[in-house]
Amino acid sequence: MFDIDKWQEILSTIKKNKMRTFLTGFSVAWGIFMLMILLGAGNGLSNGVSENFKRDAINAMWLWSGKTSIPYQGMKEGRQIRLTNNDYDIIKDLPGIEYTSGRYYIGGNTFSYGNEYGEYTAITCHPDLKEVESIEIIKGRFVNEVDLKQTRKSVVLGKDIYDALFKDKEAIGEYVRINNIPFKVVGICMEGGGTRHRNAYIPVSTGQKVFNGSNRLHNFALTVDAKTIEESQVIETRVRERLARKHKFDSTDESALGSYNKLEDVIETMKIFQAIKIFIWIIGIGTLIAGVVGVSNIMLIVVKERTKEIGIRKAIGASPASVVGLILLESILITTIAGYIGLVLGTGLMEGVNFFVEQQYAASAATNGGNGDTLFRNPTVNLNVAMAATMLLVFAGTLAGFIPAKRASRIKPIEALRDE
Amino acid sequence: MISLNNVHKSYATGSNSLHVLKGIDLEIKQGEFVSIMGSSGSGKSTLLNILGILDNYDDGSYYLNGKLVKDMSEKQAAKLRNELVGFVFQSFNLISFKNAMENVALPLYYQGVNRKKRNKIALEYLDKLGLLPWAEHMPNELSGGQKQRVAIARSLISQPKIIFADEPTGALDTSTSYEVMEILKNINNEGITVILVTHEHDIAAMTQKIIRLKDGKIAEIIKNGDLKHFQEQYTKALETA
Repeated sequence: MFDIDKWQEILSTIKKNKMRTFLTGFSVAWGIFMLMILLGAGNGLSNGVSENFKRDAINAMWLWSGKTSIPYQGMKEGRQIRLTNNDYDIIKDLPGIEYTSGRYYIGGNTFSYGNEYGEYTAITCHPDLKEVESIEIIKGRFVNEVDLKQTRKSVVLGKDIYDALFKDKEAIGEYVRINNIPFKVVGICMEGGGTRHRNAYIPVSTGQKVFNGSNRLHNFALTVDAKTIEESQVIETRVRERLARKHKFDSTDESALGSYNKLEDVIETMKIFQAIKIFIWIIGIGTLIAGVVGVSNIMLIVVKERTKEIGIRKAIGASPASVVGLILLESILITTIAGYIGLVLGTGLMEGVNFFVEQQYAASAATNGGNGDTLFRNPTVNLNVAMAATMLLVFAGTLAGFIPAKRASRIKPIEALRDE
Repeated sequence: MISLNNVHKSYATGSNSLHVLKGIDLEIKQGEFVSIMGSSGSGKSTLLNILGILDNYDDGSYYLNGKLVKDMSEKQAAKLRNELVGFVFQSFNLISFKNAMENVALPLYYQGVNRKKRNKIALEYLDKLGLLPWAEHMPNELSGGQKQRVAIARSLISQPKIIFADEPTGALDTSTSYEVMEILKNINNEGITVILVTHEHDIAAMTQKIIRLKDGKIAEIIKNGDLKHFQEQYTKALETA
């Protein structure tokens, strides 16, 4: 293998047959290049989408009340279901529920501080909402149990609100007026994975008290302890049945109690991506096969073209093994180098795309206060996969060259010489 | 040196087989200059290929240099060819992407001689044949006579005992043909056995022994002494024609 003379012989052959070398190399490089792009694009898409899912806990579930649409136990449809703090206590303790937060809607939310004011949303909540909606605290703290018990007028501002009202001033400890009622700022936050942070959070008990809600709640946000769609559906049904029993409505009545189960969505979407990944692999393997066929074809032609040369070499004393070795080593050399070039080009292109995407992401993040928005991220390919694909092509090229080379080495020199 | 005993050879052409050689008995000694003649289809090229171990035979026996050549593996045959035999072909059979020097040096590559040394030896042989200025030329930049001289240099470089030439002058004009024959004669004078196939009488007349094949059998062998007679016969044939 490391006979310098042999390699010199091979290199001089390659140098003097540029077209042949190029064609063999091109089909390999192209196959690898396309595979890199396909797999990279698939990875990028799935990375981007799973990034977007981080916005809320993937096992989150929302429940909201409405009017009944199915008559139940002699009661007519159209009856308003009213959820209360009592329901919160019930749901909280149901098995399979991790975090629970109730919300009482308050309308017309004008926020003001000094001369600055704006319309934002004040969400009343329990401390657990931080977990359910993946809220990130930048400064200070989130709503806590003490706020809740003492019905403190505390508020956690979204970053956009803080930017608008306070510019860069210190906000913690300051008072913001919400619908003209002063609230003390205790924290600044961002919504996980989101691009806008225009929500403020206040304790649900304070909201009920200050905005005349008594013990009413409008919806619940919770997370469930489930790994599969089936598990989460069991828990969803359990919650629905429990509330239906209490409020006397049909537990299948989606209008009386609306619910949205995010895990179902996530798993469904992930399944689609799984399918896309499989699809991409099928195309990728198809590309590889096309490359293999291309290389095999060229090797067949190369051997055919060299039959006479093989005859000459054999007539002047080349052994069959040296003839096979000459052809095979040449093909291995070409396919390996070409494969490597395809690998570098493909990876290079994907890195370039990645750079561009990251810049866009950074740009959108800068305008949206730290959180970019993209469907496409980190479109790179596992290096092992890339190497394996290259090796497969090299191997296929070798095998494709081996069979005709072996046959060519077996034919009598006189027949090879006669071949014009 | 060469001893053939009742050698048969047939080719399968589709369903029927063509019996080309029908029992050849032949002795050629070291240092002889032999030509094989015959009309086309008489089996002269087949005989030469068998002698040069480029082809195998079906029946009989062939001793080359005291060694039985039969059912040899390709590897053994290749080794024997490389050590004992040099070939000169009608169509030169130079490797088109190698220059004259590299073509000449190729047999030494298969003997494991390193590049520097074999190129040096190749230049010596090219010099001997007056081709030194063309050493770096590719085959397509050479004339027919030059190509054949390169091919002869290539056949000589491994210092063979026998040179086989298959219609070495077939693709050349008369004056170049005579030049090539002169070279072969000189090679023969150095003690190397030269066996050539030709269908040209004047070329055959320059050798010491003519083997005339007819329908796969040896029709006659004209020895040195009779050559003069053969030449006269041949000129007479020319005159009548």
